[in-house]
This record gives sequence, structure tokens and C-alpha cells, in this order.
Amino acid sequence: MFQWNKLGRIFNPQEITGRAWLQEYAQAPATLIFDTFVRVYFSCRPKPDSNGQYVSYTAFVDFDRADLTKIVRVAEQPILALGGVGAFDEFGIYPVSVIRDKSSVRAYYGGWTRCESIPFTVSIGAAISQDDGVTFTKLGPGPLLTSNVDDPFVLSGPKVRIFDNKWYLWYVAGTKWQSHEGRSEAVYKIRLATSDNGLNWLRSGQDIIENVLEEDECQASPDVFYYKEQYHMFFCYKYGLDFRHNKRGYRIGYAVSDNLSKWTRDDSQVGIDISECGWDDESIAYPHIFELDGQIYMLYIGNQFGRYGFGLAKLSTN
Amino acid sequence: MKWLKLGHIFNPSEHVLANNCIGFAQSPQTLVFDSFVRIFFSTRSVDRNGKYLSHVAFVDFDKKFQRIIALSHSIVVPLGGMGCFDEHGIFPCNVMRDGNKVLAYTTGWNRRVSVSTDAAIGLAISEDNGLTFRKVGQGPIFSAALNEPFLVGDAFVQRFNDVYHMWYIFGVRWVTYGSSTIPERVYKIAHATSLDGIVWRRDGRLIVSDKLGEDECQALPSVAKTGDRYHMFFCYRYATDFRNNPRRSYRIGYAYSDDLLNWQRDDASAGIDVSDSGWDSEMQCYPHIFNMDDDTYLLYNGNEFGRFGFGIAKLEK
Repeated sequence: MFQWNKLGRIFNPQEITGRAWLQEYAQAPATLIFDTFVRVYFSCRPKPDSNGQYVSYTAFVDFDRADLTKIVRVAEQPILALGGVGAFDEFGIYPVSVIRDKSSVRAYYGGWTRCESIPFTVSIGAAISQDDGVTFTKLGPGPLLTSNVDDPFVLSGPKVRIFDNKWYLWYVAGTKWQSHEGRSEAVYKIRLATSDNGLNWLRSGQDIIENVLEEDECQASPDVFYYKEQYHMFFCYKYGLDFRHNKRGYRIGYAVSDNLSKWTRDDSQVGIDISECGWDDESIAYPHIFELDGQIYMLYIGNQFGRYGFGLAKLSTN
Repeated sequence: MKWLKLGHIFNPSEHVLANNCIGFAQSPQTLVFDSFVRIFFSTRSVDRNGKYLSHVAFVDFDKKFQRIIALSHSIVVPLGGMGCFDEHGIFPCNVMRDGNKVLAYTTGWNRRVSVSTDAAIGLAISEDNGLTFRKVGQGPIFSAALNEPFLVGDAFVQRFNDVYHMWYIFGVRWVTYGSSTIPERVYKIAHATSLDGIVWRRDGRLIVSDKLGEDECQALPSVAKTGDRYHMFFCYRYATDFRNNPRRSYRIGYAYSDDLLNWQRDDASAGIDVSDSGWDSEMQCYPHIFNMDDDTYLLYNGNEFGRFGFGIAKLEK
């Protein structure tokens, strides 16, 4: 069983000043490690518009590698501009997953647009950076991966990894929309695409993580790492309806695999839960695992889908 | 080319249409049988928001296009459910025989907020000669990509030399002109190939040169082979003021190719234009070229994007 020791919240967007586009939320943390600092990408929002609607941007914060609670830099600008009129990413770039590829950094991101019968849809875009991840250029104005026969709805939450020279993109696929008390809510599941080059992806079109809550369980943020000769996936999950401000919101789940194709879910091994009080006492979500100087860490968001930032936990190795 | 107009053969206002449809018979496309021709088209109902929904229907004609034999009376291809790419309409619907099945490449429409709509291409299969179709899935088989960002539609599929060819359009930009606040779309004709009709490889380029400038909108490519030459008919218009201004509305364009790769635009040879008066005097659009027995025909819509139905012309030999 894993045992994570919470080191506390390390980033609170409400404490950052001078950036109109960074007022609330710090969602979906993802790391890029440098010699002296750790760059953590996250998605944030300006104040909502006059209709109460948000857009999302993605930026980064750098932490001192020797002290991950110490902020050394906050991005001056978002890493990517939102798409133009009618583009798939016109209303949000969230979340972002990054990976080094030789001297460049690749980013895979969820792009958001707004729809009439449903509130939004999401497709996955791709971008590349040649300046160590400060700025990115989109590979095109359109999506890299969007709905197809097997993935008819939302396509989001990319998490990219490379194992044995093969590219893996775990993502989140909407399987249906349902109406509930005047809202439209998506049901979404974890799926996998593979690639030899990070550009041409083959999607399996299959749910890979079994449900524990209900058939309409929503699963997100599938982050996979290799440790002690097994592949470990941390992700988050919640009920399909009525999940705000109660016990039906996000928790972190766990699955294990020997071969990256068959996964065994076992949340009893996860070793992390909501706190009794504080910023993460209602829900925890969007786990991101990284290894640094012989230790394994988890970044995760707390209450209200990361409205008040993200925290850090460290794996106990006894 | 020289076309002999045979007239306005179908006017939806003269018929009771299924699905509470109240007008329009757009983008006629044929499935030829031994003794009759089935013409699929898109017609419209009005939803509870007062907006149009396009539905696929068909009408069966005798082979001289003088007599209607039957009209579809129920759903041919159902619209998608909440959040599906084809929730708000299917238009057009391109049909092709494949063994003993009929493939329908549909363009599904879904409404957006900052722009009016998006589109993607679906596939549905019929095993009863086109009376009813079953979709291969809830999602599209062909949709936006890195450099084809939105509004992917108007598929026209034919098999030549064991390769499936798809001509289609995609949106290149949404533009707001002058004092208008409403974005208008610009779209162009492209091409993809497939070995199975399901997995497609895009050429990744525009294949028909512009005549009206870079914001020319090109739609509904339709291709047929006569002799050693491939002929493409399509429609084109200006990006703005094209709905009510007959000088900027859709016309039928033409291009030809001998290798299916390079197309030479030659509208002067299209051989068809708007009439001096009548149902196709202000606009011509959504052409469909097909060979039947020993003749070549062109179906097309007239004024108001096909509100009043379609007509047909026959190629003079």
C-alpha cells in the first residue's frame, strides 16, 4: 500500500497579484523538472464574465528544487493564447500535460468551446516549445484528437508519458450527457491512445478502469508512473450527478498494471484521502506523480475543483 | 459541356413530408436501381427553439424523372442525441453502393455559441437498399484535424480503381465583416483517400483554386468519370451578402482532372447557369452529377438554398 504524507498546499492562486488572467483556480498541476527548479504547469481563470462564464488559461509556477514550497517564479503570461472565433480552444486551454522530446517540450492540452444543447465540448490539441516550456506554438489551429466513432463526446484530460520509446496518452472520453436539475452533466471514462512519434495516435476506444461507484462514475486525470517493476496509475473519480459541495465529489483512485494494457483497480492502496479540515477537506482530484532526487511526489488539487490551488504529498518509503 | 435543363422536378411544398418537415429539399443525391432512381435529400423541421433541424428523406422517380413512385414516410437516418455531432441536423447525405450494402456519408450539424454551428462527417449503413440506415457509432468518422479546424462536411465518396476517394469541405476561418457582429464562415474543397471507406488519409491541401478571392466559399463537390476524365461540379459563393443578393449567391462551378490529384478549374465549361426567371433564377447550388444507363445527369438546387426543391439537367451528347 502507498502512504502519502501531505506537505500542505503549495500554491494558492488568490495570493498571486498583477495577472488579470490568473485570479482563481489552479487546476491540473503537471511538472517539468530543471536543474535548480521544478516547473509546475496549472490551469487558471480570470474573473467570470458578465454572464458568469469562465475561460481557462494555462501557465506555470517554478518552485525551488531544494524546497518545493518556495516559489521562485510565476509565469508572466499564459503559455498559449486561446483559439480564434469558432476554434476548438476558443474558451479554454485546460488541462495541459508536458513532456520533453530532445531539446523541445511537447504539450498536449484540452481545448474548450461552448455549445448550445450542452454547455461545452473539449478536444485535445498539441503544441511545442523551444524555450524550455515558457512559450508554446500550437501545431495547428485545429485539434490533434477530437470526437470519433468510439469517442463521440468530450475528449479531454490528456496525460502523456513515454515508456520504452513508445508514446502513451491516457485521456478522458465522454460516454454520454445527462440532464439533471437544469444542468447537463457529462459522464467520462479513462482511455488510452498509443503512438510512435507523439503525433499519429491510435486510440483503443475502450474504457480501461472499472467503475466502483456506479455505472455513471466519472474518471479523470489518469497519471501513470513506473515504480518497483509495475505501472501505477493514480486518477480521480466522482459520481455522475450531484457532486458539488458534498461527499459525492472527486476522490483519488488507484490501479496497477504489469503490462500497460490490463489494469487492476484497487483504491484501498491509494494512501491519500481528503483532510478533516482545510483546503482539501471536501474533495481531492487531478493527481500528478513525479520523481525528484530519489523521492516520489504527488501534486493534487483540493476543494471546488482546484479553486484554491494545489498541494503536495510525498510518498513514504519505509 | 452543355446541359439541357429538364426542369424543376421536386417541390417539397407539394408533398407531405415525414418528421413534420415543412420545406426545403436540399442536396439531392442518387441511388440508381434497375427501374427507378432513389433521390436522397435533406428537408427541415422546426424545433422548440424555432430553429431548423435538417432530416434525410428520399423520393423515388421513374428513370425519365417524370413520375414520382414513392416518398419516404419515416426516419431514414436518425439525428443524434444530446451532445452528438449530428444532434441538430443531417445535411447532406451522400449514398454509395458497396457490395449489397449502401453507405451513407452524412454531414452532421451541432450548434455552437460563439459561431452558429460546427459539422463533421458520419457513416451509416443500409442493408435494405437505402430505406433505413444504421449508424456505425454515435460519433463521426471524419472530423476536424490540426490544419482543418472546423466545419468538416459535404462528403462525396466514390470508388475508383479500388480506392475510396472522398471529396469534402472544411472551414478555414470564421470572419466578421464590416459592421456585422455575426461571424461568417469560409470553407474550401479538399480530398482524402481510404482502402476501406472508414479510415481516411487526407491530402492536406486545397484542391480547387479560388475564383472570387481568398474568402470564396466552395461547397458540395460531386465527381463523375466520363471517358478518361474526371469531372467535378461544386458550388461557390461570396462569404458575405450571399443570402439575398443574387449577384453574390451560389453558382455552380466546374473543375476537371485526369489523375484525381490535380484539378483544373474551368467554370466557363460548366455549361449551366441560373435561369432568366423561375425557381433557379437567383441561385444554383448543391450539384450532384451521376451517370445512369448511357446518360449523365446533374441534379441541383435553386433559389434560397433549395427551399423550393430541386431540378435536373441532362448532358447533351
